Amino acid sequence: MALKLGDYKTDVHNDWCPGCGDFGIVNALQMALSEMGIERDNATIFSGVGCSGKTSHFINTYGVHTLHGRVLTFAQGSKLANPDMTVVAVGGDGDGLGIGAGHFVAAGRRNIDMTYIIFDNGVYGLTKGQASPTLKLGEKTKSLPTPNTNSNVNPIGLAVASGFTFVARGYSYDVRHLKDLIVKAVKHKGLSFLDVLQPCPTYNDVNTRDWYAGVDLAKESMDRHSRIYKLEDTQFDPTVNYAGEVEVNEKLSQALIKSLEWGDKIPTGVFYQNELVSPFSTRLTDIIPNYLENPPAKQIISDAGLPNTDISKILDSLDV
Amino acid sequence: MSSTDFTWLIGGPQGSGVESGANIFSKVCAQMGYQIFGKREFYSNIKGEHSYFTVRVSDENIHSNVNDVNLMVSFDAETIFRHYDEISSDGGIIYDSELENTTTDKVRTLDAPFKDRLHKLLESKNKPFTIAGVLELAAEKGTTLYPVSFKSLLEHLSEKVDNPRLRGLVRMYNVIGVSLSLGLLKMSSTSLVDAIDDIFSKKPQIAEINKQTANYSYDFASDNFENFNYNLTGISKQPDIILVQGHYGTSLGKMVSGCRFQSYYPITPASDESVFLESNGILEIENDRPGSTIVVQTEDEISAIGMMIGASLTGTRSSTSTSGPGFALMTEALGWAGINEVPIVITLYQRSGPSTGLPTRHGQDDLLFTVFAGCGDFPKIVYASGDIEESFYDTGNCFNYADKFQIPVIHMMDKLLSSSVVTCKKFNPKKISIDRGKLLDKVEGEYKRFAFTDDGISPRSKLGMDNGIFWNTGDESDEMGHISEDPQIRIKMMDKRMSRLDLILDSVPITQQAISFGVHDYTIISWGSTKGPIIDAQSMLKKEGIDIGFIQIKLLHPFPTEHVQSLLKGAKVLIDIEANHSGQLGKIFKQNISRDIDYHILKYTGRGMTSTEIYDSLKKIIQNKAAKREVLSHGA
Repeated sequence: MALKLGDYKTDVHNDWCPGCGDFGIVNALQMALSEMGIERDNATIFSGVGCSGKTSHFINTYGVHTLHGRVLTFAQGSKLANPDMTVVAVGGDGDGLGIGAGHFVAAGRRNIDMTYIIFDNGVYGLTKGQASPTLKLGEKTKSLPTPNTNSNVNPIGLAVASGFTFVARGYSYDVRHLKDLIVKAVKHKGLSFLDVLQPCPTYNDVNTRDWYAGVDLAKESMDRHSRIYKLEDTQFDPTVNYAGEVEVNEKLSQALIKSLEWGDKIPTGVFYQNELVSPFSTRLTDIIPNYLENPPAKQIISDAGLPNTDISKILDSLDV
Repeated sequence: MSSTDFTWLIGGPQGSGVESGANIFSKVCAQMGYQIFGKREFYSNIKGEHSYFTVRVSDENIHSNVNDVNLMVSFDAETIFRHYDEISSDGGIIYDSELENTTTDKVRTLDAPFKDRLHKLLESKNKPFTIAGVLELAAEKGTTLYPVSFKSLLEHLSEKVDNPRLRGLVRMYNVIGVSLSLGLLKMSSTSLVDAIDDIFSKKPQIAEINKQTANYSYDFASDNFENFNYNLTGISKQPDIILVQGHYGTSLGKMVSGCRFQSYYPITPASDESVFLESNGILEIENDRPGSTIVVQTEDEISAIGMMIGASLTGTRSSTSTSGPGFALMTEALGWAGINEVPIVITLYQRSGPSTGLPTRHGQDDLLFTVFAGCGDFPKIVYASGDIEESFYDTGNCFNYADKFQIPVIHMMDKLLSSSVVTCKKFNPKKISIDRGKLLDKVEGEYKRFAFTDDGISPRSKLGMDNGIFWNTGDESDEMGHISEDPQIRIKMMDKRMSRLDLILDSVPITQQAISFGVHDYTIISWGSTKGPIIDAQSMLKKEGIDIGFIQIKLLHPFPTEHVQSLLKGAKVLIDIEANHSGQLGKIFKQNISRDIDYHILKYTGRGMTSTEIYDSLKKIIQNKAAKREVLSHGA
């Protein structure tokens, strides 16, 4: 039975602020799940803590709203135990790149086949607008007493350097494009990262919807002036096409350089994709050949209430 | 026939083969029918610092070390400086005679406080600050000295077998030491060769050279050493005895209990368990294809518990193994598992805190922390094993508790258990049962993960199951698992979760809550690895006609007040024994049972208690000569 978009929505009241960029992301995610026809009970949305943490309650699949900064740990554990399941983790930029940055880097090294979406708005919204890791040095958003004294993290650059094998950026007000990116990210064999620029209408009065739209750049001109542009509209080829140091290094460094572009021009789309890196499940299968056909969640561990695991060989080796 | 109770000590710098020497010795003793209790002590260091291994050998069941060492073998000076005074007057010391003139200042790893104490003593006895000096003290006490030049022994052997490589091969010193001991004790030389073959089974060339050295040293001792007060000629072997290391109980218990996911971050003394599980990752399953345990080394302990919870949500029995500092990092997620009713098992191998404390030494100082771990009120079980054999079966119970009550279970172990090598009854996997509680196989109709039920436990779906969709959140939630801040829902949900504490006490069999080893006027309460030295001290006193009671409390939270109270009815004087500073069990006891502890016997040097120490303290208590708080300090 084909599922409709509405089937992926819950009737939980959504209490995000009017105009919040999060709406676009949750819509794009529901659209992507629907377009791919993913069975609702074979998918889990994991979320961190903060406004974005509520995402999992709005989507009618399994939903696990975890701890601040720890969403990737829960998601990876579930995916490893049940590799058949589609896993998408979401969280804010403070969650993933501040308190959770260690897990972000470690997840890249593992390359488990799942998707991580960061709702990137430069502020800690739910605690009233403190500076978050992606806010630029010297910027002063509405509720900061003084301008930001920290430099920003570069999410795309950090993802590429950490070993994520699909790295892209979307914009929450371009829902269709974002949906396409989510579909690509979920279909990618390995760990995907999606940095989604998402204005916080309540606390971030610097990177507003108008700012992204380039209203300040327009002046009197009638030309297109949005800061956001798509990499796929340029000559940029993000894909590692063959194994080889030269090719990989070229694609990695071009992604890093592209990730530094910010200001009047902000690239979105896929920065880097490399499916030649083995996903974690392949690495496990090299050690445990039947891992994918008999993963932890599917194993039968008892027979009529008694264990069926035979440790007699180990026990015999301990005989005196 | 006189009964055997003999303790052997081998020491040397870390990395010099002390452990493999002790393994050979333990294996030979076990093969000869003896019971073994061995314990390793080591610094937080890779190479060079002093490490030693004591092996107690007996023809009766033993569960602890004693203070006296009957034979020490050392191939370095530090071992002699640190342990010469532990050797009994009827015992002996085998040592490298080349070391006789070594001064304390030559041994760089002797720390200043120790050296000061030793110098003061030697000065007062008019002895030089040398190996010869301390050995004179030992000899004056009656200890027999067996000097051997390890260097010339190797030289002679190398000439005899025409292998110049053997000359100066310091790596052989541990085998020389072990073999000299076996020769002196008249132990079986064939068993020695077998044990070496066994240990070096993958390196036949190394095995060969070790065997040559072993035989030559063994014969040297037989030919040159005069009669010794002790010999170990063997007794008839009991059936179904195994020789196990500390972590085997929990790791084999996890395999049998169906734990299929373990995430961990390296920490002493817990990591051995995870490494063992990973090394044995492919499992044989009766009448089925192979199973497996996925072991993930994570970036930190926060990730370890997060992953474990994630895996458990898929219906997989999941666990981690850690020590105090790692568990401290896990406490936020522990509460998440609590509010979301996720079954997880945390095996907590305690060591001495606070902070990194004594990282490689023993301690039982995490009891209060564990019982109160996590913010907010939520139900959990804290359960402690008293020995390695127990820990195998307890692991099975811990997984059942977690599944049945849908709560986190913390299984307390400790460093004394983890670094012991003991003989015990072969584990019987069929004595472990698997009860997954209300875990569903399929879901029909409308499903609510946190549905209110009569017994407070809701049927449990798992991620990826057809029709079983649920939500989790660290926030308070409604029956579906969606966030709720409604005051009435809050009351019902808190009551639902917390009602499990009573349910646990009602449904965990009392034999799993606390065990009575007799109750008398003087009765001990304790928990964890102190069980071994306590029951040995109990039988030492029994031989003198003194009865002391002992209650081992295994379920520490929720506290089995009723059961413990009823067990203690006949006890007049209560003695609390534990390896921490503040008498933590005593505090919990007093909180739950309004009764004072009369005496505490405590030890927090990081070295495990010996039965001798407990025996001595109990005697003082009985003779009314003890302080209310007896503090033990034996052990280097």
